[in-house]
Amino acid sequence: MTTDDATDADAAGADPRAWFAVGDDESPTDRVRNGTADAPADWPTLAVESGFADDEDDYYAALREATLAATRAEVNERERADDRQLLHAVRAMDDAERVANELAERVSEWAGTLFPDAGTGVEGCRELAERDPDGPAEERVVSLATRVAELDREADELEAFIESRAPVAAPNLAAMAGPVLAARLISLAGGLETLAKKPSGTLQVLGAEDALFAHLRGHGSSPKHGVIYTHEYVRGTRPEDRGSASRALAGKLTIGARIDHYSGDYRPELEAELDERMRTIRARAGDDGGDPE
Amino acid sequence: MTGTDASLPDGVERRELDGDDRLCTRGPPEYGEPTDGEWRAWDARRSKLGGMLELGMDTGLSGGETVLYLGAANGTTVSHVADFAGPTYAVEFSPRPVRDLLDACEPRSNLFPLLKDARRPETYAHVVEAGCDVLVQDVATRGQADVAVENRRFLADDGRLLLAVKARSEDVAAAPDAVFDDVLADLESTYEVLETRPLDRFHEDHLGVVATPR
Repeated sequence: MTTDDATDADAAGADPRAWFAVGDDESPTDRVRNGTADAPADWPTLAVESGFADDEDDYYAALREATLAATRAEVNERERADDRQLLHAVRAMDDAERVANELAERVSEWAGTLFPDAGTGVEGCRELAERDPDGPAEERVVSLATRVAELDREADELEAFIESRAPVAAPNLAAMAGPVLAARLISLAGGLETLAKKPSGTLQVLGAEDALFAHLRGHGSSPKHGVIYTHEYVRGTRPEDRGSASRALAGKLTIGARIDHYSGDYRPELEAELDERMRTIRARAGDDGGDPE
Repeated sequence: MTGTDASLPDGVERRELDGDDRLCTRGPPEYGEPTDGEWRAWDARRSKLGGMLELGMDTGLSGGETVLYLGAANGTTVSHVADFAGPTYAVEFSPRPVRDLLDACEPRSNLFPLLKDARRPETYAHVVEAGCDVLVQDVATRGQADVAVENRRFLADDGRLLLAVKARSEDVAAAPDAVFDDVLADLESTYEVLETRPLDRFHEDHLGVVATPR
C-alpha cells in the first residue's frame, strides 16, 4: 500500500478509509461490508484522482457492483441464521440438558460408593471431574463425570448461540418472548412459517398438547398456557389473571411471528403495546400484582 | 390536481391511470403497481415521501439529486426516488426486506443498497459520499431525531432533510402531537425546520418534516 504504482492499492494512499482503498487480502466487496469512517468524503472525486475509476460514471458502476455483491452476500449469510438453525439448536440444547441430568444421576449413584463426599447432580459431576482417580473404577466415574460437565457446558453454549441468532431470524418474536422462548415456539410449530400461520389460540397452548387433548377427550379443563408459561408476563401474573395474560401475550407473539416471517422488520411499538396491555391486566390485582416497572 | 405541478421534481408527474389521477415515475414496476407504458403509479398510501408529495409539501426536489435514503425497507419508495434522482444510497437494517430491495436495485444503475444500521453512520461513511443533496429518512425506531442528527454529516449545507416521523415508534402510549413536538425540539440545534404536515390522510400518526441544516 506504500508503493507509488498506479494500482488499486494506490487508492489506499489517497484515503485509507475509502471503500475502494483495498488492502492485500481484500476485495472492494469486503471493504463495503467491513470498512468504517467517521466522516464521509467526496469519494467519487477521490476515486478518480487516485486512479481507481476513470471518471464518475465508471466510479458509480464500480460502486453499484460492490454494494450489490456485498449486500447480497451479507443477506445470504444473515439469513442462514434462519428458523431451521434455531429449531435444531433449541432441540439440541434441551437434549444436552436432559442427557446431562440423566447421566449425572447415574454418576452420583456410582460415585457414592467410591467417594463418600461426592456431591449430586451436574454440580457434583463438575466437582468430581476435577479429582484424581485412583484405580480403574474411579477412573470410569471421573471420566463419566467429565462428560456430564462438558455436556452441560455445551448446553450453555447452545443457549448463547440461540440468544445471538434468534433476534436476527425473528426480531419481533425474540424481542417480546425472549430468544429461547422464541426458539422453542418455532421448534414446537416446526418452523417460523408454520408458526406464523397458526392462530393465536394455538400458539397459546403450544407445548401443552397432552392437557389439550385430554381436554378435547372430555377430561379436565382446557389448558390456559403451554410453553409461554415460562414468560415472566404469564408466570409473574397472579393465577386468576393468567388466562388473560396468556391470551394477550399469545396474541402479540402471533402478530410478531407473522411480521417476522412476512416482512422481517423490527417494530418496537409491538412490544410497547404488549407492555401497555400487561400493565392494564396486572393493574386489576392492585399494587401488589402491578408491573415491576 | 391535474397537469404539471411546480412542487413535483422532474421525472415525477400526475397522470391518468385506471381513471384516477396518480403520482407516477418512469421505471420498471416493483410491487404490482398499475403502469402506463414506462410510467408506474407511486402509491402515497405505501410511501411516506409519496404522501408528502401528494400533499403538496415543498420538498425542494427538482430531480437528479444525490440522495441518501435511510430505512429503505423493501425498496418501494426508494425505487421511485431512484427513478427521478441521481446516485441514490439505500440503507436498510433488516436482511429480509433487503432481499426485495436487491430486486429493485437490479434494473437500476443509480441505486446502491447497503445493509447497515442508520443509527451507526460510521459503518457506511466509507461508502456514502459527502455533500448529498437530500437525506430521506423513514426509520421505525426510537430516537428518530438522533438518527437525523447523526446523519447530518452526509448532507450538503444547502441540502434537505425529508423526514417522516412515526409517533408510535417513539412511544405508543403518548399522544402523537407530544411526540412530534419532542422530535422537532431535538432536531432544532442541527436543522432549521421549513415545513411540517401531518400525513394522516395516507399514514396514521406520521408527521412529514422538511428541514435544512443550520
